[in-house]
Amino acid sequence: MTMLAYLIPISLVLGGFGLGFFIWTVKTNQYDDPDGDARRILSGDYDDRPKT
Amino acid sequence: MTVAMRPSACPACAAAPAAEEIAVRGKVAPGQIALSLPGIHCAACISKIENGLARHEGVRRARVNLTLKRVQIDAAQEVTVADLIAAVEVLGYEAHELDAGSLNIAGADRAGRELLMRLAIAGFAMMNVMLLSVSVWSGAEDATRDLFHWISAAIALPAIAFSGQPFFRNAWAALRQGRLNMDVPISLAILLAVVTSLWETALSGHHAYFDAAIALTFFLLAGRYLDHRTRAVARSAAQELTALEVPRATVLRDGDETEVGVADLRVGDLVRVRPGGRMPVDGEIIEGRSEIDRSLLTGETLPVFAEPGQAVSAGEVNLSGPLTLRASAVGQDTSLHRMADLVAIAESGRSRYTSLADKAAKLYAPGVHILSALAFLGWYLYTFDMRTALNIAAAVLIITCPCALGLAVPAVTTAASGRLFRRGMLIKHETALERLAEVDTVVFDKTGTLTAGAPELTNLDALSRRDLGIARALAEGSAHPLAQAILRVTRAADVAPAEVANLCEVPGFGTEGVFDGRPVRLGRAAWVGAEGLPQTASFLKVGDAAPVAFVFADALRNGAEDAVRALRESGRNVIVMSGDAAPAVSALATRLGVTDWIAEALPGDKVARIEALQRDGHRVLMIGDGLNDTAALVAAHVSISPASALDAARAASDIVLLGGDLSPVPLACDTAQKATRRIRENFRIATLYNVIAVPLAVAGLATPLIAALAMSASSVTVSLNALRLR
Repeated sequence: MTMLAYLIPISLVLGGFGLGFFIWTVKTNQYDDPDGDARRILSGDYDDRPKT
Repeated sequence: MTVAMRPSACPACAAAPAAEEIAVRGKVAPGQIALSLPGIHCAACISKIENGLARHEGVRRARVNLTLKRVQIDAAQEVTVADLIAAVEVLGYEAHELDAGSLNIAGADRAGRELLMRLAIAGFAMMNVMLLSVSVWSGAEDATRDLFHWISAAIALPAIAFSGQPFFRNAWAALRQGRLNMDVPISLAILLAVVTSLWETALSGHHAYFDAAIALTFFLLAGRYLDHRTRAVARSAAQELTALEVPRATVLRDGDETEVGVADLRVGDLVRVRPGGRMPVDGEIIEGRSEIDRSLLTGETLPVFAEPGQAVSAGEVNLSGPLTLRASAVGQDTSLHRMADLVAIAESGRSRYTSLADKAAKLYAPGVHILSALAFLGWYLYTFDMRTALNIAAAVLIITCPCALGLAVPAVTTAASGRLFRRGMLIKHETALERLAEVDTVVFDKTGTLTAGAPELTNLDALSRRDLGIARALAEGSAHPLAQAILRVTRAADVAPAEVANLCEVPGFGTEGVFDGRPVRLGRAAWVGAEGLPQTASFLKVGDAAPVAFVFADALRNGAEDAVRALRESGRNVIVMSGDAAPAVSALATRLGVTDWIAEALPGDKVARIEALQRDGHRVLMIGDGLNDTAALVAAHVSISPASALDAARAASDIVLLGGDLSPVPLACDTAQKATRRIRENFRIATLYNVIAVPLAVAGLATPLIAALAMSASSVTVSLNALRLR
């Protein structure tokens, strides 16, 4: 059962990364326009700086 | 403000074209401009508008937000809102100005972002604790189980302390006032689960409910977040629509014209109102002659002649000549704003309506407390073991806890509001959908609601091309709506303007000039020496010949016919109530196939009629836009107003139509009925789960595994059921 000593911290750290990235996406306004972002990938225009 | 002094068609006329004036007024907020675009729906719309605006001179950046259906534009100082609206309309989309000042995208939704953060933390903690719990359920024992429980506690406690705050705060606020709300049993369940689980863990017990406590927090936060998003979007968008506000006024002080904010006006100030402008204050005309359009206040479509000495009210539109008013009431005291007081009454009246969720909560909150207290008491008397009794009481609270109830309403309203928003409707009030579902009678206002407010020439075929040519030439000298209507129709019919010399607009009367050596006049009946007609009409007199009448009718708003037909086909009663004269109302009602109509109704009449209908057990939906409709909008069971409506009317109504089209109204009634049905189904599903799980919990047979299964299964079913609405 000693591998638990690695596995549990590893799973927590990996989950923590996910959480950290999510918080980053919230902080950088990436949920302001979910519908538009979903459609924009279909348009041919090259979006140089989508968020400023 | 030198524009007004610019020479126009004749030096005697101080009336500069209204469009120019409006454009100047639009320049007050340079740089950041936001437009509402009710018609956009796809990737092509986005790139068409963004590229179209980017090509417009002076526009630095344009970014469309499809979720909120608006575009944010960063433009040079000299670019006006009116220009940009025109540019978007050329591309084939409807556009309305939004108040860029109140539109702070970054700071607008702090509460929503906070909820999202709490939701994320709860989700993260839930997944990790669940992982550990699954190992315990699949057979971890002794030291391993205790270790897993302790780790779960270490993750769950801080996560709950952070994520559960909205519930704890609400519950505390309710308890302090001696009331019970939904958050009291929620907070109690979470806290009791955490306390008993800690106790069990400390004593190496078998069952810990950390996963249930955090899962409960997660599901309920999801419901809260959905609820918040639906309502916050609607509320902010409705507030930002500034279609008809007069943000600024021109004041004459010491002989100079200065632009001031409407808030800075004082009683006694001399205020100048240009043609096309809206009166910012109540007052008396001291200089100038014109015609004023009162349709938003009274529903009358015929313009009223205005001359010195006459009283005007804020919100009326000056049509032809510049006017100077002496303000008699400003700001909150104007008749326009006194109407806003009605909105407060509306709010209190509306709160008397108990939503389905409130009804459920009223039954639910005391029920679970009594049930869990009885379980505790029963088991304590049976075993005299505090630990067992407390564990069972906690299990009862957790299992009955309203995960599904908390999601039942928000999941459905979010789906329904999203669907209606895509069709251009904003649901402002939280119980609006439920009330809309009960509607059996629909009352329409005429002017500005069923009609677009723009006159249409009806007797084109009866007029000679020579007369039309002269009329077109004369109409070109005026910004009056009737003149504009003549221009539109003659342009469409390819009538070349006649050679009219010495063109001059006489404000309040019409336009005159010289054609072929004879004087020609286009304008009011009395001015050209004609008999007045009951309909809206303008008269053309050429030399000594008998005057020719140009008769107008209000153009129907887009979708009005479809909406009325669909509402009648669905078995609802349709009534037209208008402040306008009987011939105009009856003509319109016949055109729409409505048999039930009322003309010359004062605001009080409309209210009385609606109240009488409601006393007879009807549920009335009122659709109106004017100040004279505000009271009726408040009195009705539920109300809708178009985006072009007066501020007070929009504030008083539950639903705002973003576009100019009325056809989504029947769809809204339909969606509302479906949504209410889904909400009831969801309550039934949630109850069913409780009926199965509660006896197990009371009997002491519930394990954390059963609690987790019941909770997740019911929440997921309820959400899926709500999604069927899309």
